[in-house]
Amino acid sequence: MDIHTLTLAEAGKQLKQKKITSRQLTQAVLQRLKSVEPQIQAFLSIAEKTAFTQADEADRRIAEGGDISPLTGIPIAIKDNICTADAATTCASRILENFHPPYDATVIAKLRRAGVVFIGKTNMDEFAMGSSTENSGYKITRNPWDRERIPGGSSGGSAAAVAADAAIAALGSDTGGSVRAPASYCGVVGLKPTYGRVSRYGLVAYGSSLDQIGPLTKDVKDSAIMLNALAGHDPQDSTSANVPVPDYTSACGKDIKGLRIGIPKEYFAEGIDPEVEQLVKNAIRQMESLGALPIEISLPHTEYAIPCYYICAMAEASSNLARYGGAHYGYRAKNAGNILEMYSKTRAEGFGTEVKRRIMLGTYVLSAGYYDAWYLKAIKARTLIKRDFELAWEKTDIIAAPVVPAPAFKIGEKSADPLTMYLSDIYTISLNLAGMCGISIPCGFSKKGLPVGLQLIANIFKEETLFTAAYAYEQSAGFFNRKPPL
Amino acid sequence: MSLKRISPDDVRHVALLSRLRLAEEEIPPYTDVLNSILEYFAKLNELDTSSVSPTSHSIEMRNVFREDIPQPSLPVDKAIANAPEVEDNYFRVPKIIQEM
Amino acid sequence: MEFEPVIGMEAHAELATKTKVFCGCSTAFGAAPNTQVCPVCLGLPGALPVLNKTAFEYVIRTAIALNCTITEKTVFDRKNYYYPDLPKNYQISQNYACIGYNGWIEINVNGEKKQVGMDNVHLEEDAGKNLHPETGGAESLVDLNRAGIALMEIVSRPDMHSADDALAYMETLKNLLQYLEVSDCKMQEGRLRFEVNISMRRKGEQKLGARAEIKNLNSMRTALKCIEYEIKRQTDILSNGGKLNQETRLWDEASFCTRAMRSKEQAQDYRYFPDPDLVEVHIMPEWQEKIRRQIPELKDAKLARFIADYGLPEYDADILTSSKPLATYFEQCQKFHNNPKSISNWIMTELLRELKCREMEPDDCPVTPRHLACMIKMIDEKTISGKIGKQVFSEMLTTGKMPDVIVMESGMSQILDEKEISAIVEKIISENQDTVESIRAGRDKAMAFLVGQIMRATRGKANPQLVNQILKDKISIK
Repeated sequence: MDIHTLTLAEAGKQLKQKKITSRQLTQAVLQRLKSVEPQIQAFLSIAEKTAFTQADEADRRIAEGGDISPLTGIPIAIKDNICTADAATTCASRILENFHPPYDATVIAKLRRAGVVFIGKTNMDEFAMGSSTENSGYKITRNPWDRERIPGGSSGGSAAAVAADAAIAALGSDTGGSVRAPASYCGVVGLKPTYGRVSRYGLVAYGSSLDQIGPLTKDVKDSAIMLNALAGHDPQDSTSANVPVPDYTSACGKDIKGLRIGIPKEYFAEGIDPEVEQLVKNAIRQMESLGALPIEISLPHTEYAIPCYYICAMAEASSNLARYGGAHYGYRAKNAGNILEMYSKTRAEGFGTEVKRRIMLGTYVLSAGYYDAWYLKAIKARTLIKRDFELAWEKTDIIAAPVVPAPAFKIGEKSADPLTMYLSDIYTISLNLAGMCGISIPCGFSKKGLPVGLQLIANIFKEETLFTAAYAYEQSAGFFNRKPPL
Repeated sequence: MSLKRISPDDVRHVALLSRLRLAEEEIPPYTDVLNSILEYFAKLNELDTSSVSPTSHSIEMRNVFREDIPQPSLPVDKAIANAPEVEDNYFRVPKIIQEM
Repeated sequence: MEFEPVIGMEAHAELATKTKVFCGCSTAFGAAPNTQVCPVCLGLPGALPVLNKTAFEYVIRTAIALNCTITEKTVFDRKNYYYPDLPKNYQISQNYACIGYNGWIEINVNGEKKQVGMDNVHLEEDAGKNLHPETGGAESLVDLNRAGIALMEIVSRPDMHSADDALAYMETLKNLLQYLEVSDCKMQEGRLRFEVNISMRRKGEQKLGARAEIKNLNSMRTALKCIEYEIKRQTDILSNGGKLNQETRLWDEASFCTRAMRSKEQAQDYRYFPDPDLVEVHIMPEWQEKIRRQIPELKDAKLARFIADYGLPEYDADILTSSKPLATYFEQCQKFHNNPKSISNWIMTELLRELKCREMEPDDCPVTPRHLACMIKMIDEKTISGKIGKQVFSEMLTTGKMPDVIVMESGMSQILDEKEISAIVEKIISENQDTVESIRAGRDKAMAFLVGQIMRATRGKANPQLVNQILKDKISIK
């Protein structure tokens, strides 16, 4: 039996029933990982030795029959911008090449307590800046469905690993679509929780007011199981919400009769690939057949979302990434005669082109004389974008939309022009600006056999509605049974 | 608002503020690409935001504190473990010049 | 042409919280390098700040005491600049909405009362410390223990016009902060630091000249010298028709002058923007009121109480309450031994003299309130004389030993035995018959000579009242 193909829920059940051990499961997943890794290049580091120690510990816990979580003994991959104590955390950047944080991110501490087995850290766009994982300082991850194509980004390694069954589930982070977009390109489920739902403590910041950790899983129920484990108030994160955490798995299986589904007309305007449009519309019809009520809505400021998002994110990033200067940790350029030279050379040598571009633009929009025209303008536009959604929630319970305008593009296709790359984030970034939650679930395949995702969006702290709708759709559609040709 | 294109000197200035050493031949391509991006971002100028208040956080929250109770610090060897250079448990850096 | 200096000051006070402003690391002074650091104050990737409530309340308390308008919605901003003592390469500070604005403080300059306006009071984090090699070495060393300690910045208006004004302002502000119990203000440990802005203008004109901003002033004495130097420097340049630049200057203690650090033209662009990692703090009226009620007894109230409760003369009470640590010192002494006037006398003379010449705060003095009270008790119980007391005091200062120990070890206790004293008196009388005769002939002043001889013979230990009594008796009886 290929136990590496199990979903998290199934694997958890079999572990609990002692049909399999965590060591067997970990062995199977690592074997799969090693066999597919040369083709997909999803991992930056593999923690084989500690994984088996953790698996044996999990098996002991299961044997003792005490405090078992649905995640005890489950092999999980972690995006490399989430701090894992004493293990490399590089953010796919040369500037953090040998950086070993002395602490665990709050989500890692939670998963450790639950008895998770950490199999490795996944590739990403450097500091999560990118939409294709081509901006990694180390390697290019390939889409398991077509190795000539990108897996999406920035959590491309995590999405590819889950799609390829090289991890039972994975953590990613989503600043402007970095979990949902790769989930869509790779045919897995990706969740971006409400801002503040999951602690950011230990998530290496890109755009602090936008970043949120989210799971990439094989199906919707697994996503709910993961969120159960990740969510909750963290006193170490001032922006973490002190809001009760419901049992998200119990939202899976409720019916969606009478659920209002808003369809934003601006999301189906020019620029969308006809195949994607068709598949997303089919999915909405399928939900309608289950009793949901589609209605057209308008998010009139959608066309401003990209500049608004990029200005906010770049401004925050320019400051967040200032700390990488070679003084206290990370890479330091050789032969710097004075401190200014140390900073400038270290950063020039340590950062990739896209990161430098964003730092410079972020610096520019905050600098004297330009703040009002650029940064202040953008954070005012953010208010308007947020207001669009607030008005929409008066009419609808959930919003259905595409995740990305087209299926996975070819590696190198958009690298020459950063702006074209930014434009592919059009459907995912508004959520981050408004703090809301969203999920990407597979809704079919293009004629070339590439997966396409459906995005469902709900108001803040309404993840239960997301799970109810996504699960109902997924169960009736059944696309998640298809596997990539590896 | 009329939009002024950023010049190679602006790029040099921003690179200095960002502490990014750029080679002279990198300046023109950066100038071009930053201009093309900013040109697109200038779309925001279509919006009238004169009566709009800014949003710097996605979720409104307020008054989050911790109590003034000491917590353990890191052991010094862990604190400096990632440092490129250390001396007697201090971080060592190249000479600090005041005129920067 | 007459010029008048226009002086404004920025004060930075480290707050007296147990932990740093955004993390739980200790703020204790003098720890080994990099032992009071954690992921947050090291600026490690992924670490996040959480605001220390006590620190925030201390700043509100200060802003109230400085008559500021309290801002209802405050935020924290990032001030971006690169320096190795600033691990994130940005400082969390307040720029767009400080805690307090538009306050004032009253100062007393040589008897004349003046008001100095306050632009704003805000909260930020301190930086670490850079150790620069003295001998032109190629590298600097960084200790981040201080990084992240809560720092309150108080920005005055340019309302001062002389070095005396500035000195009075610094002393008054330090005094107030100590009374508010928000900072211990130990300047020698860098817990209170001043930066001075000076420009000159022609008398009678409003227009300000180019301003020099002077950093690195680690004591009031330095600040005073530097202001005097700078006034002279600027006046000289202007009088000779020269032009001044807006610039930052550093006080150079070694060569006793200020020198240019960077001119404003190449000034930093700090790119302030709201820190997304911290949320708004709303200061509701009820909270403000609660903090107002927590303000400790300030100088005027304490002075009145010292007069009423301890029966001290106003002069004494004024000196004792001239600083909070001194007043506390007095009250602690009083707890150990009830003799307010005597304690006051010792503090005003011996203690203050020593503190001044050692540039020391009362709570750092090796003669603790317990030492002093115990010694005064020994005088009151006639175990030692007041004169011996002075010797004991200086011995306590150097050794830190308790007075009873000092007295026992050196046999300083007083001779109270009349027989013993009589024997010595008789011996001195017999050795100084001429003097005795002259006293009898009416030269009373010669008594002092005999007393002196007796005290010397007992090495000062004889009880002076007894000596006088017995001497008089013996001379007149004969």
